Amino acid sequence: MTTILFFEQLLNGLQFGVMLFLMAAGLTLIFGVMGLINLAHGSLYMVGAFAAAAVAGWTGSFALALVASLAAAAMFGAIIELTIIRRLYARDHLDQVLATFALILIFSEATRWVFGSFPLFLNVPDALSGTVMLPGGIQYSLYRLTIIVIGLIVAAGLFLLISKTRVGMRIRAGENDREMIGALGVDISVLYTLVFALGAALAGLSGALVGAIQSVEVGMGEPVLILAFVVIVIGGIGSIKGALAGAILVGVTDTMGRTLLPILFGTFMEASSATAVGSALASMAIYILMAGVLLYKPTGLFGEA
Amino acid sequence: MKFKSLTKFALCSVAALGLSGAAMAESHGGKVKIGMITTLTGGGAGIGADIRDGFMLAMDQAGNDNIEVVIEDDQRKPEIAVQLSDKLIQSEKVDILTGIIWSNLALAVVPAATAQGKFYLSPNAGPTQLAGKGCHENYFNVAWQNDNLHEAAGAHATASGFENAFILAPNYPAGQDALTGFKRLYEGELAGELYTKLGQTDYAAEIAQIRASGADGIYFFLPGGMGISFLKQYADSGIDLPVVGPAFSFDQGILQAVGEAALGVQNTSQWSKDIDNETNKAFVETFQAAYGRLPSLYASQSFDTANLILSAVAKADIADQDAFREALRAADFASVRGDFRFGNNQHPIQDIYVREVVKEGEIYTNKIIGPSLTDHQDVYAAECAL
Repeated sequence: MTTILFFEQLLNGLQFGVMLFLMAAGLTLIFGVMGLINLAHGSLYMVGAFAAAAVAGWTGSFALALVASLAAAAMFGAIIELTIIRRLYARDHLDQVLATFALILIFSEATRWVFGSFPLFLNVPDALSGTVMLPGGIQYSLYRLTIIVIGLIVAAGLFLLISKTRVGMRIRAGENDREMIGALGVDISVLYTLVFALGAALAGLSGALVGAIQSVEVGMGEPVLILAFVVIVIGGIGSIKGALAGAILVGVTDTMGRTLLPILFGTFMEASSATAVGSALASMAIYILMAGVLLYKPTGLFGEA
Repeated sequence: MKFKSLTKFALCSVAALGLSGAAMAESHGGKVKIGMITTLTGGGAGIGADIRDGFMLAMDQAGNDNIEVVIEDDQRKPEIAVQLSDKLIQSEKVDILTGIIWSNLALAVVPAATAQGKFYLSPNAGPTQLAGKGCHENYFNVAWQNDNLHEAAGAHATASGFENAFILAPNYPAGQDALTGFKRLYEGELAGELYTKLGQTDYAAEIAQIRASGADGIYFFLPGGMGISFLKQYADSGIDLPVVGPAFSFDQGILQAVGEAALGVQNTSQWSKDIDNETNKAFVETFQAAYGRLPSLYASQSFDTANLILSAVAKADIADQDAFREALRAADFASVRGDFRFGNNQHPIQDIYVREVVKEGEIYTNKIIGPSLTDHQDVYAAECAL
């Protein structure tokens, strides 16, 4: 394996990680502030992708499609928060899991009802298609590079929002003591709706960004949701910093595992069984990583006990 | 009075007997119950919709009131498929099972179903394990043995001058069959061989390896959403190597979502909408009229499966399993593929074509450009004791 390929794979891992961060940030924020396990987060990712595909189909503009994905996911997020989710805050986690799982089924069927069973078309905009030559001779997809940049901007924005603004202060206060912040006169229900819509919008944006290079279809959110949960468990539930670290760790581990493990097994095994064993083990890599992290830090990398 | 009650009694018993006779007839004489297990939600739901719609189109056209079809959704999960098949066999008491798309699900369901004396007709999955030593007199595959289209792709890759191909497929039974099949008739070198995760959607790592491998061509088997993702990412990667694949990576359901990136790609299939025979023309027309979209090869396979069942039902009573099996084996129906017959392991012997992705008006579709393999039979047939 050449150095160029190694760095290209690192970039791929970083890009995958940044994508996961957009999902995990919302999930961890909602869990941290409201104490809610939201399985329907993957559905909001799907809503974002479908909204983007529909708007790109009508208008042909990718920028408008991104705006639509943010708006649609935030809107649906706010709607389900107002109608369903807010009844769940006081309940235990099992009730939350059951109710939000039901939401997954409702969202999936509704999407199938509106858009049909077949995948939709959403493509990378012309301005961002093709590759660029990075220093060191790495030929890399411009669109993936854009995803990395957007993801890092969002991460920086979230840090600023949480650490420097009044809303962020309230979010942090809400994480620490839900009852007290209400008693101090902060309208907690508005804050909750806001946080939920923000998380939903991030999921929608990530769905739209990924939708352009993957398949926009019903059920696309669930595999990502599982990874996002792995990310927040590794990073420490409730921590944005943890979500970023966890996401990049998972992204890089998964990508490098997929590339390196078959090569590693190939040094002492016959080629086709090496790829089979290597790729089987690679799909377990992130779970092994999660188990390892939990062994040493049971609350995750940045979690508080 | 007494006489009357006596007749009443007699009438009642006759009626009761008649009823039990009718009840018996329901499970045996004439009536046939078919259980379809296919993927209708989650990834791959488009394929399931095609399987269901192709099957039901043939059933509706036949209008046979003695046949009842029960459709269930396996969500692409083996454990759910097993539950559904138990339910269909034990409480619905179906005579025939069909519909499974994925080989890992078929392997979980088919051996148990045939062991319980049910017929299984596969409209898609054709894993190696069920074609050779594991073949069964009650298992029929109406589509292909898994290796077949890949063998054709290997032959076509050789014919189009691939000398150093990079090949990839998902890590599950059909993916392993795919690469084995490709390598059987491919004569060049391999620049690389990769198994990806089933359901994987990001192929950046694989595409980077392809770029670094020095390959002169790519062969991939990635059905459903996986193929869409791979093709879009490949088109965006700046690599410009010729691509060959089986029809599954370029079926009608996914081409619209891939768009221009698939234009000109050559793929191998046992069916195409432009195969020239009356049955196929009528199938394509009526399918389009009924569902408002073009059929895919999956729909063609389930349409054939339904017509095969109908032909057997017309000839034999399903209660007489041996006669019914003979009727199935005769394959006395008009296939959309033209000539169709079964080999000794009850898998098809058929022609396989090379198609090219073209744009007709606004629709992306496939066009046959030539034959690849004629009267092709799988290699496992020799190991089957039937």
